[in-house]
Amino acid sequence: MKIVALCGVGIGTSAILKVNAERALERLDIEAEVTAADIASVKLAAADAQVILTSSELVPSIGKTNADVIIIDNFFDLDELTAKLETALG
Amino acid sequence: MSLPPLPLDAIDVGLHVPDWRAAIGAAGAALERSGSTAPGYTERMVGVIEEFGAYVVIAPGLALAHARPGPDVLTEGLSVVTLAEAVPFGHPHNDPVNVILGLAVTTGDEHVHFVAELANVFNDSSIIPALAAAPDAATVRSLLGIAEPTGEQATTEDKK
Repeated sequence: MKIVALCGVGIGTSAILKVNAERALERLDIEAEVTAADIASVKLAAADAQVILTSSELVPSIGKTNADVIIIDNFFDLDELTAKLETALG
Repeated sequence: MSLPPLPLDAIDVGLHVPDWRAAIGAAGAALERSGSTAPGYTERMVGVIEEFGAYVVIAPGLALAHARPGPDVLTEGLSVVTLAEAVPFGHPHNDPVNVILGLAVTTGDEHVHFVAELANVFNDSSIIPALAAAPDAATVRSLLGIAEPTGEQATTEDKK
């Protein structure tokens, strides 16, 4: 399974989202590859991804995709990430 | 796997700013003071928000100001600015913001090394209000678990 953590410039916020998504997946005991990406590379990065994690602000920039887009409000809240990933993947 | 150095120069506590641009400006000025960036970097951090919106507000009250690596990043750096009065960035859930982290990295890879550390610190939800309430720069640094820089750090090269 592939999950994309998306931010505007591909450093900083997406890296934090990736680290915390991996922690949430560990809690759920789900194996998945989490990739950090920026808006410029999301089309390619998300081509074979099931899920895109991102901020509500960036959703309009994603464009058309087959992946589930999950909006994360608090990138540091492992409870929020775990609950939303569980709903999407469970 | 540790956070970049955070000299007291790179911390500004209890600032009064009129809006998010000034808040980002303060985080950029703190990076410049500490020798991490040249002035153009601050404008690029503002540009990221102009282009993509307030997604840099990644948790309630917290903005992670940053831009891509570039020639205006002299060395990897972190700055912390806290505001006396929180300002809106335009984020639907996490506004208003009273703690701004300024981040400058020289390569994308380098950054990933300390981002896990940053996540460790901020996974504790009490840290943002604690930073916002910190009375001085030394308190901010100790809340983040960053040791005071010492002269010893520079001797690693000499021992070779």
